[in-house]
Amino acid sequence: MNAGMKFAIGALLIVGSVGYLMASGIKETGQYFLTPSELSRKVSADPTFYDVGMKVGARVVPGTIQRDVAAQTVRFSITDGGATYPVVFRGITPDTFTDSVEVVVEGRLQKDGAIHATDVLAKCGSRYEAVPKAT
Amino acid sequence: MTILGNLALWVALLVALWGAVMGFAGGRQGRADLQASATRAMYTTTGSLLVAVCCLEYALFTRDFNVEYVASYTSRNLPTFYTWSALYAGQKGSLLFWAVVLSLFGTLAMSLTSARHRVYLPYVAGIVSIVVAFFISAMLAASNPFDRLPFTPVDGRGMNPQLQNPGMVFHPPMLYLGYISITIPFAFAMAALLSKRLDVEWLVAIRKWTLVSWLFLSIGILLGMWWAYVELGWGGYWAWDPVENASLLPWLTMTAFLHSVMVQEKRGMLKKWNFGLIIGSWLLSIFGTFITRSGIISSVHSFAQSGVGYFFLVFLVTGAVLSFWLYARRLPLLEAETRLESMVSREASFLFNNLLFIGIAFSVLWGTLFPILSEAVQGTKVTVGPPFFNQVNIPLGLALLALTGIGPLIAWRRASLANIQRQFAMPGAAAVLVGLALLVAGMRDYYALVAFILGGFVLATVVQEFWRGITARHRQYHEAYAIAAVRLVGRNRRRYGGYIVHLGMVVLFVAFAGMAFKTETQATLRPGESATLRSPFGHTWTFTHLGVSQYDALNRLVTAGTIELARDGQRVGILKSEKRQHVDGLGRPTFEPSTEVGIRSDLREDIYVVMAGVVGGTEQTVYRFTINPLVWWVWYGGYILVFGGLIVMWPGGGPAAVRRTEAGYAVKLVAKA
Repeated sequence: MNAGMKFAIGALLIVGSVGYLMASGIKETGQYFLTPSELSRKVSADPTFYDVGMKVGARVVPGTIQRDVAAQTVRFSITDGGATYPVVFRGITPDTFTDSVEVVVEGRLQKDGAIHATDVLAKCGSRYEAVPKAT
Repeated sequence: MTILGNLALWVALLVALWGAVMGFAGGRQGRADLQASATRAMYTTTGSLLVAVCCLEYALFTRDFNVEYVASYTSRNLPTFYTWSALYAGQKGSLLFWAVVLSLFGTLAMSLTSARHRVYLPYVAGIVSIVVAFFISAMLAASNPFDRLPFTPVDGRGMNPQLQNPGMVFHPPMLYLGYISITIPFAFAMAALLSKRLDVEWLVAIRKWTLVSWLFLSIGILLGMWWAYVELGWGGYWAWDPVENASLLPWLTMTAFLHSVMVQEKRGMLKKWNFGLIIGSWLLSIFGTFITRSGIISSVHSFAQSGVGYFFLVFLVTGAVLSFWLYARRLPLLEAETRLESMVSREASFLFNNLLFIGIAFSVLWGTLFPILSEAVQGTKVTVGPPFFNQVNIPLGLALLALTGIGPLIAWRRASLANIQRQFAMPGAAAVLVGLALLVAGMRDYYALVAFILGGFVLATVVQEFWRGITARHRQYHEAYAIAAVRLVGRNRRRYGGYIVHLGMVVLFVAFAGMAFKTETQATLRPGESATLRSPFGHTWTFTHLGVSQYDALNRLVTAGTIELARDGQRVGILKSEKRQHVDGLGRPTFEPSTEVGIRSDLREDIYVVMAGVVGGTEQTVYRFTINPLVWWVWYGGYILVFGGLIVMWPGGGPAAVRRTEAGYAVKLVAKA
């Protein structure tokens, strides 16, 4: 067997393991990214769609943020105009988390109808560009 | 000033278009007068863009709030230091910054390129002019920094507090310098293809430029990590965010190129591959610009959505089609001169190294684009996050680390068994020792163990190489060891500078592995109460909340929580974490409050304290305490990497003939020893 053949085998091994790692990685760690409307459609189409890890991207409904600092819990609602879901999150919210900011909530929809979040990311239009305050 | 600025942009655009036409025509017809005109057009474009930059800075410093850009990113009370950086704090200004830096690089390429490579210059001028013209037209059409408002606000909106950090002043320009300068090697590659002068010369011409952009990109990425760590307060330095990934992608392909280029120089192989890497790197840099500006992938870092993104998409597709079309037409001229002789050879290890780099780059690209791809294919968006990238890239990265040690030790063409035994005995033993020591110390994390063992192995190979080189010089020239070391590196900068870069990578890998042992806790504390956390090194850290203070600073209202820190009961210091509410000139709050992290850093671990909030009206405070092991090593690994890169790049080093003979001689001596 010449060197070229051996190299081809080695290369195939590398390409194969990259492919395998990627496929298994996506299968094991991929999460749905839904809007509240899509989520409500999913739930009505498949009533067992609870307790599935997902991300929901939406806007915080102004005035719904209730903080309980001592218990480190935040409750708020998110909407995309179509559907609205309450969110419960225990943890530290990012600095940019305020009324009507766009958020990505990572967590699971539970039977109580609320999304129990494990992480809340605030996508800030203001990271680089200040958004005029609604107030 | 905005009239002058606009005028300067239009002049720059027209002159750049002229320069592009002259460059291509001059290169094709070989007419010196046209070529000279292209070069002068490049200088004029640069000058005129610099005028535009001065106009914008003037507007920023005089706080001309009638200019929309000034009103958006500055305010009356913004510190001077950050007024400079307002130039690239927003989309519009950053496009101008991009255009001016690219034209400056183009000017440098015109004036610094040695006579041997003059033949490529007209085409280089043409390509660079086209890219500059694209950026200027994107600005004029969709995102002009000189646009005025119909009214004049009393005060500007101010700069985002998270950008008011020294890291943010240097991180974006470094990253931009890296991104932008990729255009120069790309332009040289295109010039070589257009002129059909595809000998070794083009490689020499672009290798240095690739090193320049590689170095800037490395510094930019490292500064970005530092900024994320000290400013964003989530407790880490790399989150596999799409924007971070976008900066990593061209870095990976350029690093691959810097390795495979050696195979082409020594053995005349991999010509097609190398061209592909350069074109790919450039396309990835434009792609990165596109995804940060279009809002197509949701990222916390991105600029506000705007039409400019689609300009970039069109440019990206056009650039890809044209450059690959040209590349395909020239493929017959890029045949390899030799073939691979043995699997156990330097060439083969470089090939595998390249495959791994490209594999990592591909998986990062795939993971970044997966939400879009899955939505297009399945109709539902599926995202992948840090777990995906870690799961895929940790094994690949470790394989790469192993090759970092193996590659430099195996001979070119075909390594003999004796060569392998002689080279690997000491490093192999070092790796075994490190592994045993860590197992005895009680480390059980599989990946971290492998990382440390491989780190020990690579470190030993580098030490061995230096030691052999130094002792050879010591024997041959009777130089003192220190002098021998300096001369060894000085006479053979690429090789030993490269080893230093490898050393930096080892330190970085060790630091990354350290994050496997991160621990954290959250606590709500009244003054006097404390929380404890056990560190991976076996210490018990105690955090005692001392109290909350509030005061006014330059342009912000600060609420600071103070923590007394004790290790195993011994007091070691005070840490302060702040919430900053930035205010405008009239004392009204602007932006959301931002968090300042308290960090205590030593060789072994970082104590990272974040104040999450104060329970209304009391001093009861919510904290997050994190112990991040070995983070210090990230920054120092970065310094080593940059230092090594500078050595490789540093010009000069005596007459080429002397350098070659001395280098060859040292190598031969080593081979006999």
